[in-house]
Amino acid sequence: MTSNTVSASTVEPGGAPSGFEADKGPDSVGAAVRGYVDKIRGGDLGALPAVLGIVVLTVLFYALRPETFLTPLNLTNLLVQAAPITLLAMGLVFVLLLGDIDLSAGVVSGVCAAVSAQLLAEQGVSWWVAILAALITGLVIGLVTGTLVGLIGIPSFVVTLALFLGLQGVTLRIIGQGGTVPIREPVIRGLTNEYVPVTGGWILAAVVVLLYAALQLNRWRVQRARGLASAPLGIVIARIAVIAVVTVVITAILSADRALSAAVELKGIPYAIPVVVVLLLVLTFVAGRTTFGRHVYAVGGNSEAARRAGINVTRIRILVFGLSSTMAAVSGLVAAARLSSVTPGSGGGNTLLYAVGAAVIGGTSLFGGRGRVRDAVLGGLVIAIIANGLGLLQVSAYLNFIITGGVLLLAATVDALARRRAAAAPR
Amino acid sequence: MSVPQPQDGTPILELRGVDKHFGAIQVLHGVDLKVYPGQVTALVGDNGAGKSTLIKSIAGIHPIDGGQLLFEGKPVTVTGPRDSAALGIEVVYQDLALADNLDVVQNMFLGRERTKGILLDEASMEQAARDTLAKLSVRTLKSVRQLVSSLSGGQRQTVAIAKAVLWESKVVILDEPTAALGVAQTRQVLDLVRRLADTGHAVVFISHNMVDVFEVSDRIAALYLGRMAADVPISEVDRTRVVELITTGRSGDLGIEPAAVAEVGA
Ligand SMILES: Nc1ncnc2c1ncn2[C@@H]1O[C@H](COP(=O)(O)OP(=O)(O)O)[C@@H](O)[C@H]1O
Ligand SMILES: [Mg+2]
Repeated sequence: MTSNTVSASTVEPGGAPSGFEADKGPDSVGAAVRGYVDKIRGGDLGALPAVLGIVVLTVLFYALRPETFLTPLNLTNLLVQAAPITLLAMGLVFVLLLGDIDLSAGVVSGVCAAVSAQLLAEQGVSWWVAILAALITGLVIGLVTGTLVGLIGIPSFVVTLALFLGLQGVTLRIIGQGGTVPIREPVIRGLTNEYVPVTGGWILAAVVVLLYAALQLNRWRVQRARGLASAPLGIVIARIAVIAVVTVVITAILSADRALSAAVELKGIPYAIPVVVVLLLVLTFVAGRTTFGRHVYAVGGNSEAARRAGINVTRIRILVFGLSSTMAAVSGLVAAARLSSVTPGSGGGNTLLYAVGAAVIGGTSLFGGRGRVRDAVLGGLVIAIIANGLGLLQVSAYLNFIITGGVLLLAATVDALARRRAAAAPR
Repeated sequence: MSVPQPQDGTPILELRGVDKHFGAIQVLHGVDLKVYPGQVTALVGDNGAGKSTLIKSIAGIHPIDGGQLLFEGKPVTVTGPRDSAALGIEVVYQDLALADNLDVVQNMFLGRERTKGILLDEASMEQAARDTLAKLSVRTLKSVRQLVSSLSGGQRQTVAIAKAVLWESKVVILDEPTAALGVAQTRQVLDLVRRLADTGHAVVFISHNMVDVFEVSDRIAALYLGRMAADVPISEVDRTRVVELITTGRSGDLGIEPAAVAEVGA
């Protein structure tokens, strides 16, 4: 500020607090835990429902199928199953943050995969051209959606419902009625059918943990040094420990020999997993540490306030739908690799329901403004555990639909109740 | 009250014949207004007179349809909130315009975040926010990293005001900043309004409370059904005349022409 600086002249009555106590309060883990409990009481459940869901469902399916559920082979399958759901949900988190919805995300993943598969099969293009074509297809569809929603002002629910129908026609046109385009290209197939060598996997795991620890500790150090608000060191270390343990356990499971016959060896991390981890890191960064991410949260929280703050709300909307549909393309490629083919039904059925369910179960609000990219991973795991477990139990298809739909409704109920609770919280 | 400034100096902000329509309805009719640095201009008028619309027009939220905006004597066009902010005009809206899901620091820097490369510079923003709040003698916030949704009405008002004075602003406009406040908090805001003017800011202060208006203001502008009834030094009027201007658009030799009043009233 220049000469226009406002100077303090009000004399406060003696004994008044000097303000910001919590920011410079004692470095107490107890206080941080109490703060967390208050937050949950106030309606912000964070990752709690998803983590509980993962634990409860794992125990449940282990009890029902002790020989098959917790084997390295099935857990690998489960993670590969979770990958396309999570990737799709990561993009949807941004759309949901705005308070919008993308009902076409699933079929967009199908269209993109179809474009890619057809280019490989008919034109014999190399893998990177096929991938690039899928990503660009997704991006263009997303930008169009975003323009219709943001610039023209059609509700996102209507635009994407129309696209949901229309794009299924496009996939059908590309693939042909009753057709199936197999994916034989080794790199794309390799996303889910090739594995990082075990040593390489452990190196990757170590890099992820060390990187996370370094970022967290450095941030804590800077905040402390400059007298800014920071979490107690104990909490920061606990967070790092949780990430380390989870990473080591998953790497260990994926590094165990999971071949059914003793004659062959089958071990290592499927390439799709590092893809998910890298995108998780990048998008978390975008959401939390960039101006774009901040503006996404602002638009979702109060779009009029964002507009008055000079934020171009239309531009944010267009970019978010572009991002979401590009992530749908990534998801479509991984799903195509997993099934080794693309059909006219790819991305249809329960694809979208799973992804929206994943984001919401993970803790992203349907009302906008609240959510994180990691929600897609946690919720994606919950959904994959349900799908995988029900598969092992060989429940009828009808029950599978009813249960999965019920879980989504439950998550949405928790979200709505949390929102009401937050609104009713004492001011 | 501060020493009155020369009224014949150039106003930092001047409105000439500003019109504003919403669809077929004309809300502002040829409004003139002069705002001087170092002075508090009270903008008064009945509910629906067009006060909020007027300041939103200045801020670029509802760009004007007719007339002229002059800043430091030069005509300017304001087509969006960024334009007014670039001129050094900051507004505290009646409905506050804070994002509930963001914390205090994030709200104060919304739309004008500090960055280091592509990354948000959280440390420097938090520091600046804390300094500004401390200068405003804000004592009631537990943490600058608190979500705005967890703040009381008075605390929100403080954050909205702090957001406005954080910037190198020349004009600060406050739309009914004390309407939702208790006695002690109102006192703080009134002191702040006066302090802003005393440090060289031009302040526009909208209020229905005549005691407050007469306490802090140097000039008074009265809107009546979208027309400027009077824009005069506060020494030229008293409370009775201001109430008359607000309710009838006329008081003695001040106010809009009787013909215009009749036309509006009809
Ligand atoms: N966005 C809008 N669209 C249509 N009419 C509006 C809008 N904003 C305000 N108005 C109308 O303009 C008039 C003035 O409103 P306002 O500026 O809020 O008055 P004040 O702040 O003086 O109480 C009212 O009749 C109101 O209904
Ligand atoms: Mg108003």
